[in-house]
Amino acid sequence: MQLRLDRRPEPSRRMMFLSPVMAVVLALVTFFIIFAVMKIDPFRALYLYFIDPLTAGWSVEDLLVKAAPIILIAIGLAVCFQSNVWNIGAEGQLAVGAIFGSILPVFYPDWQGPEVVTLMMLLGILGGMLYAAIPAFLKNRFSANETLTTLMLVYVANLMVDYLARGSWRDPAGHNFPNSRPFSDGQMLPVIFGDSVRLSVVFVLIVVAAAWFMTERTMTGFKIRVLGQSPRAAAFGGFDRKRMVYLAFLISGGLAGLAGICEVAGPIGQFRTVVSPGYGFTAIIVAFLGRLHPIGILIAGLLLALSYMGGEGAQIALGISDQTTQVFQGMLLFYVLACDTLIYYRLRFVRRSVLEVARATG
Amino acid sequence: MAESGARVQGWVGVPTLEAIGVSKDFATLRANDNVNFSIRPGEIHALLGENGAGKSTLVKILYGALQPTAGEIRWKGNRVTIPNPAAARKLGIGMVFQHFSLFDALTVAENIALALPKNMRRGLSATIERVSNDYGLPLRADAVVADLSVGERQRIEIVRCLLQSPELLIMDEPTSVLTPQEADYLFVTLQRLAREGCAVLYISHRLEEVQRICHHATIMRHGKVVAETDPAKETAGTLAQLMVGAELHAVARSPAATGPVRLALGALDVPSSDPFGVSLKDISLDVRGGEVVAIAGIAGNGQGELFGALSGEKTNDRPDAVVIDGKNAGRIGITGRRNLGAAFVPEERLGHAAAPGLKLSDNVILTRHRTGDELVVTGIVRPQKATRIVEAVTRDYDVRKGVADPEARSLSGGNLQKFVVGREIDRKPGVLVVSQPTWGVDAGAAAVIRQALIDLARSGSAVLVISQDLDEIFEIADRIAVISRGHLSPAEPASGLTRESIGLLMGGIGEGKRAAEKEAVHAA
Repeated sequence: MQLRLDRRPEPSRRMMFLSPVMAVVLALVTFFIIFAVMKIDPFRALYLYFIDPLTAGWSVEDLLVKAAPIILIAIGLAVCFQSNVWNIGAEGQLAVGAIFGSILPVFYPDWQGPEVVTLMMLLGILGGMLYAAIPAFLKNRFSANETLTTLMLVYVANLMVDYLARGSWRDPAGHNFPNSRPFSDGQMLPVIFGDSVRLSVVFVLIVVAAAWFMTERTMTGFKIRVLGQSPRAAAFGGFDRKRMVYLAFLISGGLAGLAGICEVAGPIGQFRTVVSPGYGFTAIIVAFLGRLHPIGILIAGLLLALSYMGGEGAQIALGISDQTTQVFQGMLLFYVLACDTLIYYRLRFVRRSVLEVARATG
Repeated sequence: MAESGARVQGWVGVPTLEAIGVSKDFATLRANDNVNFSIRPGEIHALLGENGAGKSTLVKILYGALQPTAGEIRWKGNRVTIPNPAAARKLGIGMVFQHFSLFDALTVAENIALALPKNMRRGLSATIERVSNDYGLPLRADAVVADLSVGERQRIEIVRCLLQSPELLIMDEPTSVLTPQEADYLFVTLQRLAREGCAVLYISHRLEEVQRICHHATIMRHGKVVAETDPAKETAGTLAQLMVGAELHAVARSPAATGPVRLALGALDVPSSDPFGVSLKDISLDVRGGEVVAIAGIAGNGQGELFGALSGEKTNDRPDAVVIDGKNAGRIGITGRRNLGAAFVPEERLGHAAAPGLKLSDNVILTRHRTGDELVVTGIVRPQKATRIVEAVTRDYDVRKGVADPEARSLSGGNLQKFVVGREIDRKPGVLVVSQPTWGVDAGAAAVIRQALIDLARSGSAVLVISQDLDEIFEIADRIAVISRGHLSPAEPASGLTRESIGLLMGGIGEGKRAAEKEAVHAA
């Protein structure tokens, strides 16, 4: 027996939906095996990871809180990936968004109210956009590969955050902890549901709807698709590749920046040395797992947020490293890319004898 | 001409390859219906049929790219399953596709090495150059594919097959991209192969070629074999009739009534950005409303660069280098030029004229989003309007497709060509620039497209056709210019030109004539 891949005449729509499901199942099976090898009861581990977080009201709230930034970023990344722009530095754009958004509460601690929060959000978006404009400029002007520039700029941004939190932005009354002063309520996104679900969840819904409208109905979405699929045809259509590179970077950078300031002016509540546990990278997985489609991303974002929560829970209950969360996320991306092959190819088992006949007669 | 004569009657050897009762279903469509076919050693065997007759399907089955739904294949008398093209190559079947499968970024040698078993890769460059020269298909092994013309790319595909000493060589529309002289060389190559015992399956729409070199012809229509014949005993007319199943109507052409100049090139210079590309030098040309002007030339002499400069995909620094309907358009991009009433059909239909993964309606939006068809209103796409245009083009140009609005890549080459030409003519453009309008299109569809080009011109538009097909050029052009290494000869009335005079111009006679004249003027 031999396994073969035959190209399908048309990409399979069924596999387009099935592939992420298969990827999740395969990742779970692998996870199960890893736990079994580690001599941890795999059923209990999987329960703690994926079911337990959904059993309490507070943890469901927490799920939404964690999913919000991931989804915001992933929507922006989907725009990039569709137009063949490989921005993998959303984590850095998020960090710069957090810096820009934090300027007001850090320097004007007494200025509070909705107008401040609005300005903070806008500054956060602006910061992310500016930071994403750097790789866009480098790509357009010098053909610098954006996978490298965006990734390297992540480290620059994270070090800037670290520098500010330990340096000039440090809270003078904070016992030398590397944090800014805590933001007051009038400088934070309002809680709209339960104890911890903030306005950022509404942002997510608006952004998902807007992204859907843009890709499905507008000329901009059309241009993005054509440029991604067939650059030459796009040039024939009169679409400007360089402008689209900027647009994709600005959209994804702006959304990452918004996610950054939402974190600082939300769950964290102050500026710290670290503002994200890797949401910018997780969003890459979410964008692909969600088929680069807004609704898919919404679902995938919730799933990945769940893995973060499960990781924390398992760390406490089983004493396993929270790195397992990253292992799971990595496996998921691996499997979803692998399963995507099945959209374009059909898997076939070929009996060896047939091949040998072909060889022998040849 | 076919000196080895027609198929020998009462021949008793074993056919190189036989298909017995082969059928292939695609969902509801039966693309091949109980096809019987056999090809003998040393035979050049034509496979004729319109676009969509099932030729490509049959060939893909023989080459292992598709599996038949029913029937069997025999290779030298033994029943075989050909699960994939690699297995076909192992058997000794080589194929040259109409659409090439080459990596643009790699060199000729690297592309060929990818298809060969490891043990053949040593000394490959030398072998390539030797084999390609032997067969009259000269190639430089270290040239990068991206820099080569379509004609040269085809040579790579042919040489790639020849290196594996095939016993059956399948050629899909091989001469569609070649000049008459290049085609002659190819025929010598094929006849030499046939004499060496290789069977050649030759797919072409050019009936005179088939008559000239093929020993036997199998004719398909609607997925079935409808006739087998000795092409030498038929006329081009009777062969065409067998293919189409009805009498072909010749393209009707009234004399050109020329109006004002609608498209003008004024001493256009386009330096090549790429060291292996062709620079356009001092190109001047007027195309008047009411006439069809054709630019003849061998592939890779600057046609692609000229099309880019005309369409505005590459703008020019001088505004008056390109003038559309009296307006200086040199610095205007393609969308702006379309707004001036110009329309463009490039040579490559898939990937340039149309995005492969987009539906036809989306491909209508691709070129007509700003041309006053209201397909896009304040940034919002209106797919219904685009669908209506697809329907109109489908009806007017007989575009055959399985579903109402399929992806562009699922159409056969000829049908997609009818669509991309129809999409532009449907706009009734004042200026139409079209490159290779009927490349790989069957006789019936080619007649439809050519007639549409002439009708558009006679309605007052200026039509500029860039083509390598001299038959086509003489059929439709009122005036003819020849491009050679980036130079364009003055356009002369077609009635005063012969194939020979054009052939000489194609070969570079007359290049620099304009430049020399200019010098003379300066000197005086």
